[in-house]
Amino acid sequence: MSREALHLRVDPIACTAHGLCAELLPECVRLDDWGYPIVDDRPLPPELVAHARRAASVCPTLALKLEARAAAQVPRASRSTRRRTSATQS
Amino acid sequence: MSDASTLPRLLHGADPHGGASLPTHLRHHGLRALDVDGAWLVEEVERAGLRGRGGAAFPTATKLEVVGHGRRRAVVVGNGSEGEPASAKDATLLAQAPHLVLDGLQLAAAATRATDAILAVKSRARDAQAAVATALRERDMAARDRVPVRVVEVPDGYVSGEESALTNLVDRGRAVPTATPPRPFERGVGGRPTLIQNVETLAHVALIARYGADWYRGLGTPNEPGTMLVTLQGAVARPGVREIALGTPLAALVEHGGGDLSRTRGVLVGGYFGTWLDPAAARGATLDAASLRPLGASLGCGAVGVLPDDACPVAETARIVSWLAGESAGQCGPCVFGLAAIAEALASVADGRAARELATASRRSASRARRSVAPPGGGGRRARSEDALARVRRWSGEVAGRGACRHPDGVVRLVASALRTFEADFEDHLRHGPCGACARRPVLPLPAQSSAFEVAA
Repeated sequence: MSREALHLRVDPIACTAHGLCAELLPECVRLDDWGYPIVDDRPLPPELVAHARRAASVCPTLALKLEARAAAQVPRASRSTRRRTSATQS
Repeated sequence: MSDASTLPRLLHGADPHGGASLPTHLRHHGLRALDVDGAWLVEEVERAGLRGRGGAAFPTATKLEVVGHGRRRAVVVGNGSEGEPASAKDATLLAQAPHLVLDGLQLAAAATRATDAILAVKSRARDAQAAVATALRERDMAARDRVPVRVVEVPDGYVSGEESALTNLVDRGRAVPTATPPRPFERGVGGRPTLIQNVETLAHVALIARYGADWYRGLGTPNEPGTMLVTLQGAVARPGVREIALGTPLAALVEHGGGDLSRTRGVLVGGYFGTWLDPAAARGATLDAASLRPLGASLGCGAVGVLPDDACPVAETARIVSWLAGESAGQCGPCVFGLAAIAEALASVADGRAARELATASRRSASRARRSVAPPGGGGRRARSEDALARVRRWSGEVAGRGACRHPDGVVRLVASALRTFEADFEDHLRHGPCGACARRPVLPLPAQSSAFEVAA
């Protein structure tokens, strides 16, 4: 029913701050003062999906992941509905 | 103890000198036999409105139901790891009323049709360890338990009792959190659905099974029924663990402990992941979520720390945050480096280094202005004009949500609450360095730093 959107996610245990993601995908990733990525949590815009896949595939520790999450169907979806959808996804 | 309005409940008949024996426990409030119907118990716990007492306040009946309907046979874990240094209630309960917890563990196993039970007890709590060992021997002799109980010693460490850390400890012997999901209730110990329930919650389950939901609701508020254990620390004559009805005024608890809210700088509610209340807010607060929520606070594990009016909130906060930063499991960069940097910046505010840095910076910019020289460009300029507190605020926002567990989130929550409640004190220290109260002996308790983890740099 619900459309799925792709989101970036970092496995914080696997990540060792190589920083390639911020080089390859500066639109969505910036680095904190210690070189660890801060990723944009919003749905990936379609034109960046290919770049994001490339960034994830070259991450030396495979810590960067693309994750399909249910998109909120309508902007005004009730909170409880959204929570239930994300719970079944996880 | 059938009178619903009598306090204490959990600690009724508890022996402060070494754990109530099985006969004593049965005389006071033990069920004769533990073979209650699981579905009935879940319903009764639901009607009682019991919520988890480990800090997250999740509805207990929901958890029992979900774990009981997993694909594989469940495991139940009584969580007495209590990594929160401001709390002593779980260790006290286990030391004084171990049979009540062990009854609750068996009943939770019945309600979830579990075939294995584990009781996690922090290794530092020697009294609790001893009382549990004695109690299990007594129960063995009396053939009281249907599901075998294994005791697991939990090493020191703030994050050791986190649910995924506990699962890892049981399965792999190392109490470190993992990136979740799956959560333990789906796939926990040995890959099986696992009910991880705080030991106090289990003790309440045992009482509900004995006296019923209506009795349970005889104390507390309609929306938050029952009693809870709290740990009172700081500027009180008689610190320690007490059982209170939910909805009790914070002032009454502090007075009962021999303290006075008119002579406090603030009250830390909910332990070291908790929230500071200023004296006015503290005087108006009652100990229940409905009263604390508008104040940005929650009960957490029930730890309450009273800061005396002659203590320095900046020094106390810096000290606690530094300890918490050291309790990182060392797995995630933002937690390891971010919390260490926040702690260091707060320490520099407390000890006057930040004030000297600020004075030097303003002298430099004044002389540059006199000679009308342009400051060095771009990012460097912004970094230089960012004072220690501004850095703390920025890092706090960046670190939140970027660990595998919620440790960094909890620390920055405390930091944000301290900066809000004691804003004038922090600004004053940032500009002028330590105050007269900074040199006083710290009031809020902290154990030695646990060295269970090697920080991977």
